[in-house]
Amino acid sequence: MNKHVSPKMNRRAFVIGSATLGAGLAIGLDIPFGGPAVVRAADGSPEIGAWVVVRPDDTVVIRIARSEMGQGSLTGLAQLVAEELECDWTKVTTEYPTPGQSVARKRVWGDFSTGGSRGIRSSQDYVRKGGATARVMLIQAAAEGWKVPASECTVANSVITHTPTARTTTYGKVAEAAAKLTPPSDVKLKDPKDWKLIGKGVKRLDTVDKTTGAMIYGADVKLPDMLNAAIKDCPVFGGKLKSYDEAKITGMKGVKKVVKVGDTAVAVVADTWWHAKTALEALPIVWDEGDNAKVSSESIAKWLAEGLNNDQPAYVGNKNGDAKAAIASAAKKVEAVYSYPYQNHATMEPMNATALYTADKCEVWCGTQNGEAAFAAVLEASGLPADKCDVHKVMLGGGFGRRGQTDYVRQAVMIAKQMPGTPIKLLWSREEDMAHGRYHPITQCKMTGAFDADNNLVALHYRLSGQSILFSLRPEALQNGMDPAAFQGVAQSGEAAFGYSVPNLLVEHAMRNPHVPPGFWRGVNVNHNAIYMECFMDELAQAAGQDPLEFRRRLMGKHPKHLAVLNAVAEKIGWDTPAPQGAYRGIAQVMGYGSYVAGAAEISVTDGSKIKVHRIVASTDPGYVVNPAQVERQIAGSFVYGLSALFYGGCTVKDGKIEQTNFDTYNSMRIGEMPKVESVMVPSGGFWGGVGEPTIGVAAPAVLNAYFAATGKRIRSVPLRDQNITFA
Amino acid sequence: MANLTINGKTFTLDVEPDTPLLWAIRENAGLTGTKYGCGIAQCGACTVHIEGVATRSCGVSVSEAAGKRITTIEGLANGGALHKVQEAWIAQDVPQCGYCQSGMIMAVAALLSEKPKPTDADIDEAITNICRCGTFQQVREAIHTIASA
Repeated sequence: MNKHVSPKMNRRAFVIGSATLGAGLAIGLDIPFGGPAVVRAADGSPEIGAWVVVRPDDTVVIRIARSEMGQGSLTGLAQLVAEELECDWTKVTTEYPTPGQSVARKRVWGDFSTGGSRGIRSSQDYVRKGGATARVMLIQAAAEGWKVPASECTVANSVITHTPTARTTTYGKVAEAAAKLTPPSDVKLKDPKDWKLIGKGVKRLDTVDKTTGAMIYGADVKLPDMLNAAIKDCPVFGGKLKSYDEAKITGMKGVKKVVKVGDTAVAVVADTWWHAKTALEALPIVWDEGDNAKVSSESIAKWLAEGLNNDQPAYVGNKNGDAKAAIASAAKKVEAVYSYPYQNHATMEPMNATALYTADKCEVWCGTQNGEAAFAAVLEASGLPADKCDVHKVMLGGGFGRRGQTDYVRQAVMIAKQMPGTPIKLLWSREEDMAHGRYHPITQCKMTGAFDADNNLVALHYRLSGQSILFSLRPEALQNGMDPAAFQGVAQSGEAAFGYSVPNLLVEHAMRNPHVPPGFWRGVNVNHNAIYMECFMDELAQAAGQDPLEFRRRLMGKHPKHLAVLNAVAEKIGWDTPAPQGAYRGIAQVMGYGSYVAGAAEISVTDGSKIKVHRIVASTDPGYVVNPAQVERQIAGSFVYGLSALFYGGCTVKDGKIEQTNFDTYNSMRIGEMPKVESVMVPSGGFWGGVGEPTIGVAAPAVLNAYFAATGKRIRSVPLRDQNITFA
Repeated sequence: MANLTINGKTFTLDVEPDTPLLWAIRENAGLTGTKYGCGIAQCGACTVHIEGVATRSCGVSVSEAAGKRITTIEGLANGGALHKVQEAWIAQDVPQCGYCQSGMIMAVAALLSEKPKPTDADIDEAITNICRCGTFQQVREAIHTIASA
């Protein structure tokens, strides 16, 4: 058991403690080897280091610590390991180690967190080393068997050859011997130019079961004698459960128990979920809604608008020169206020977890983006120590950031704890999922640009007002109160750096944290920052009487990677040539998650209110592309998510509650509304950027800028449905 | 009690007649390939075939479905041979998270049995399933691949 984990530790302490531990375990192959201490997988096959198990039939099982939620990392990570392992890709399969196993082995698999488009980029180094280490050990074992130097052996497709004698063997045959060897302390990774599998658009490893109904998601988990739970948490965030009238549902079919879940929620446990949900609907519940019941979208908007005033305190995120003075003395000034609403993740599969609690054990089966955080939630909610708990990860029916939180895991354990020995599957209704999201933060932004007499942009003041995610979810990451992530895309430097040079720049954030809980929503702060900045860039270009692309290019001389992706989309969409009859174009660029991205949209508008998005060209420079077919899908998928939010999204607050209840009031794009997406990948090498999120940022501003080109009207707030604008 | 004919097999299930077919399929018949997404016939994750017609099973009661021929994703393949839509889905690597794909595949299979060579407009009209991962481009390509085979 890991000494840093005790049952009394809260989740946050655990996560920080374990993250610190992980730093020293980059490769993490410090498990005992040699003699009888061979570590075996569940089927008895030997581990060749923690990342690789080789079966006698040459099947290679690659361990994946991060979670697959559709983004393709499971396949990409396996490609990284297999590249160095030199194994037969057609015999590769994968498995998830559990967080409990990992903690028990000093976090041998490192971080399990799957968010921030980090799945591949923050583990590529040590998983490739895991593959390379196993390869060296397997070759060594073969060489020892032949009594020849390992340097005389080569390997390809899991077949080891002793070159001088042309003898061959396979990984499966030498695995037992290899597992007994001491792993090399250092291995050399391939030069990227020698990659054979990385960079190839190989098929995903998890597709077949997703076409036959065989894939098991959290909602599909079945355990012997399992019961099902439906839950209602106080619809006003921060409110409490006051009372419920259990007598009213006594005797309803299938109902086994009604349980209080913490101070805020009530659950009905029944034989089937349908019975549980039906009884819960019939259960009279009284909530103590508290003061937050007075909050509405209007009151939030008013509070945020106050934060746009310069006399209010704000955190400075990026600054050079003296923007305020330069604006005051400028020849020409442009000002605009934009806003972006709450958004629900609305994963196709509502939140759920299955828990089995006994006096000395607690196990959970769930889809999670962070196995270790879920594990910590199980420890906390069960009160049991780490060696008595575990989390079994199953496929996620979508994550998008929502399943990085562990509220639903904690609830499942709290219910199961009240029914020891009986497995409980807690499934949220869609309505519960809409009411208890971790919403894309709400913000407003006032931007002021100033020009000299020659129409050069001399100053830009970017003043955000609104919610901080880190304040709510990771306060330890605040820097003297400031949320550095609030500046994603407009930051001075780092993985989300601003791509323009403006002589006098002031980027600041007046933090306003309403009671609605924020969360990491695919793209996170890039979503609104890219809309604000890139739509305002178009406004500035218009004020300067310049082409939006040319105007940007002039500010990007010192940002060659930002500029390269912008140029790539401009070329692909044919910016220099007229758009087809009736079509109009808009362009945008941003940096996020370590990748440079740009987008250009071609749309037509009917009656000023019906938008047909014909095509969007997207360009990305993530440094390296592991699987171009999956990158292409992530780009197109991010556009569906981003454009659904732009056109149909937006969660509003009334009486302290979220008003949208299901897909009828929180719609999502359909296939008929999908533009043709053309991806241009321009990996420039030398760094590892993310893929799942960055491109989402450019879809909305590219479309909004095209809308202006088509109509002469600026749209400065989201969603478009509020302005009676929809898809054609 | 209700008798349901699912994938050619008769199930005698202990369910109330007003139980949505979706939940009888998932919880009583134990076929979890059909998914719950919204419960109000908006998202299409629960799409099955009733007498060959793509139907959102959350909006149909057990009593309405009794005696009819119900096919779920588990029954789409013909014995060991996958349905052409499943094959195309694998060949084009369509699914991302995959949660909506059972319903998507059932909707597409019904479209193709009615219109073997659908136009883009036919696809837009018939396929109204929600996919939050955004697989639409691959869905469309896969449908055209099947139609042109």
